[in-house]
Amino acid sequence: MNPSLASTPPRQACAECDVYRAAQLKKLGVNVETWDFVVALAGNPNTGKSTVFNALTGLRQHTGNWPGKTVARAEGGFEYRDQRYKLVDLPGTYSLLSTSLDEQIARDFLLFGRPDVCVVVADATRLERNLNLALQVLEITDRAVLCLNLIDEAGRRGITVDDRQLSRDLGVPVVPCAARQGQGLPELLAAVAEVADGRRLCRPHRLSQEPPALQSALRELVAQIESTYPDLPNARWVALRLLGGDEHVAQALRSGELAELYTRTQPPAASK
Amino acid sequence: MNTSPAHPAADRILQSARQLRERLSGDLHEQVVEAIYADAARLAGRSVASPGQGALPTWERAVDRFVTSRIWGFPIMLALFTLMFWLTISGANVPSGLLSDLFIGRIYPVLSEGAIRLGTPWWLKGVVVDGMYLATAWVVSVMLPPMAIFFPLFTLLEDLGYLPRVAFNLDLPFKKAGAHGKQAMSTMMGFGCNAAGVIATRIIDSPRERLIAILTNNFALCNGRWPTQFLMATLFVGSLVPAHLAGLASAGAVTAVAALGVLITFAVAWGLSRTVLKGQVSTFSLELPPYRPPQIWRTLYTSLIDRTLFVLWRAVVFALPAGAVIWISANLSVGGTSLAEHLIGWLDPVGVVLGLNGVILLAYIVAIPANEIVIPTVLMLTVLSARLSGVGEGAGVMFELESPASLKQVLETGGWTALTGINLMLFSLLHNPCSTTIYTIYKETGSVKWTAVATLLPVVLGFLITFLVALCWRGW
Repeated sequence: MNPSLASTPPRQACAECDVYRAAQLKKLGVNVETWDFVVALAGNPNTGKSTVFNALTGLRQHTGNWPGKTVARAEGGFEYRDQRYKLVDLPGTYSLLSTSLDEQIARDFLLFGRPDVCVVVADATRLERNLNLALQVLEITDRAVLCLNLIDEAGRRGITVDDRQLSRDLGVPVVPCAARQGQGLPELLAAVAEVADGRRLCRPHRLSQEPPALQSALRELVAQIESTYPDLPNARWVALRLLGGDEHVAQALRSGELAELYTRTQPPAASK
Repeated sequence: MNTSPAHPAADRILQSARQLRERLSGDLHEQVVEAIYADAARLAGRSVASPGQGALPTWERAVDRFVTSRIWGFPIMLALFTLMFWLTISGANVPSGLLSDLFIGRIYPVLSEGAIRLGTPWWLKGVVVDGMYLATAWVVSVMLPPMAIFFPLFTLLEDLGYLPRVAFNLDLPFKKAGAHGKQAMSTMMGFGCNAAGVIATRIIDSPRERLIAILTNNFALCNGRWPTQFLMATLFVGSLVPAHLAGLASAGAVTAVAALGVLITFAVAWGLSRTVLKGQVSTFSLELPPYRPPQIWRTLYTSLIDRTLFVLWRAVVFALPAGAVIWISANLSVGGTSLAEHLIGWLDPVGVVLGLNGVILLAYIVAIPANEIVIPTVLMLTVLSARLSGVGEGAGVMFELESPASLKQVLETGGWTALTGINLMLFSLLHNPCSTTIYTIYKETGSVKWTAVATLLPVVLGFLITFLVALCWRGW
C-alpha cells in the first residue's frame, strides 16, 4: 500500500529549499482519474480554504469573502514528488456535530471517504474558535495537518502564534501559511506528503475535559466496538457519536456500511 | 468485499450504547461541546500571544458600525447598488451600440447577401441566418457589455467583504418574517444564480426554514434577468425623465425592482411561516469577516470567466435552437397566418390585461430553459410579427438596430409603451424559475408539491402585480 519511502531528494540541502519543493508541485486541475492519496480540506468558513484549494490544484473555484460559499464538495488534483493527490474541498463549517447538511457532508466524507490526510485550514487571527473544529476533526481522523492560514493578517494585528507549541499540543504538523500570497504552501505540501505516506506519525490530541462518567462509558463502548471491528481507526469517535444518539452513525453501523469500509484494502473512491 | 453480515454484532453495540446513554446524567452533547471549547481555549492560550485579543482594527469596527447601523445600513446598501447599476447602464450603452452595429449592421447583411449569392434555399438561409445567427447576435450585443461591467463590480464588492454586511442587515427582517437569518446568504447567492441559491439553503438546519428559503429564492434577481432589467430601464424608464437624469433614473428603477424582490421575499416568508410552515425561528451566529483588499486582476478574471462568459455561453447555447424555432414558427403558416402569430394572438388578450403583450408571454414560454434569452426572443418575435402584420419593410427593419434608440423604435412599432417596459421588468422579477432551478428545487426538496408551489407562486404573484400596475397606470 504505502511506499516505504517517497522518492528521495537528491541532496538534503535541496529538500529544504522552497524553490525545489515548489517545483515538484504539478497542478492537475480536475484531471484526477487515478490518485495515490486523498486529501480533505476542512475548516471554518472564510478561512481561505478555497484559496488553498485553488493554489494547489490550479483550479479557479470562485472564492467569496463570506461564509457559506462552498456548500457542496469541490474536487481537484495535484502531483507532488511523483505522487498523485486528490484534493477534496469540504464545506466550511464551525463544527461537525450538528445536523445541517453542510456539516453532514464534511463529517461523512471524513468518516466514510477515508481521506489519507485531512488538512484543517484555521484562521490564525481567530485561533481559539478555529481549534474547536480542528479538535473535532482530530477526534475522527488521526492523520491531519493544521494549516495556520492568514498568518500575515495575524502579524499585522500583532498576534503571534507559536506553531511549534501548537504542533506539540495537537500532535499533528502545524504549518503557518498566507495562502493568498503563496507563503507556506511548499511547507504545507511537504507536511501533507509526510503524513500521507506515513513518514510522519500523528499523535492527535484527545479531549481532556470530559466528565469521568462519560469517560468510563466511552471506555466500555470503545472496547466493545474494537473487539468487533478491529480495523476501525476511529472507534472512539464512533462510540462518542453512538452515546450522543447519532442516528446517522447508528444506521451506518447497522447496515454494515461502517464495517465494510474498513475491511477494503484500497481506500474507496470518494464515496457519496 | 466483506460479505459477512455485521448486523447481530452491530445490534449488540447499539444496545449497550443505549444502556450506557441512559446511565449518563445530563446532556451529553452539551458536555462534549463544553469539553471541546475548554480544550480549544486552553490550547489557544498556550500558543497565541496577542496584545488586544485579536480585536479587529479600529477602522474596521468604525466602518462596520456605519454600514450595519440601523439607520444607515439600508440607505448605504441601496446607494451602493444604485451606483453599481448606474455604472453598468451608462458604461454599457456605447459598447452595446458598437457590437450591434458590427453584428447586425455589418455582418448580418454580408451573411444574408452571401447566402443568397450562393443560392442557399430560402428556408435554410432563414433558419440559419435570420434565426440562429440573429438570435445569437442579439444575445451578444445586448447582454455582453452590461454583464462585463456588472459582474466584476459585484464580485469586487463580494471580495471586499461587503456581502456579509448585507446579510447582517437583512438578518433582522428575515427573523421578523419568521425565516432563518442564514437565508440572507442564500438570497445573496440567488442574486447570482437561483439554482446555486437553492443549493446554498443547505446551510440552514431547520427543514421548515430551509423550505421557506427555497420557495422564496426565485425573488432574488439572477444573472440571466439582469440584462432584461438593464435594457428595459434604459429604454423606457430613462426616457421618462430629462436626459441628464436618465442614467440615474434607470439605475434607480433597477434598484427598486431588486429591492422589491427582497421585500416580496420577506412578505412571502412571513405569509408561509404563519400559515402552512409554522414554527420557531432558529438562531445562529453570523461572523463578519475582516475586510480584505480584493485581488483585482484575479477578480476580473474569475468574474469574466465564471460569470460573464458562463451566462453568455448558456444564453448562446439556448439562443441557437430558440432562434431556429422562432424563425420557423414565424414562417410556418397554418391557415394563412404563421404559427407564431397564432400563438401571439392567443396570448395577446391576456398580455394586454397585464400591461404586457402576447410577444412577451410567448417569449417567457420559449425562455423556460434559460432567462437569458428573453430579450433576444422578444426582439425577434416583435420584428417577425411586426413584419407579418405589415408594419415595417420586411426583414429590412433589422438593418437599423445599431443603437439602443432604434431598438426602442422597433419595440414601439410593436406597440410597446413605458407601461410595457416597466411591467416587463416586474414580470422578469416575478415569473417561474428557469428549468435548471426547478429541477434543483425538486432534487433538494424531493417533493413534487413544493416544486410546483415554488414554480407557480411567483407566476401568480407576477400576474397579480403586473395586472394591478396596469390598472393604476391606465386609470391615470
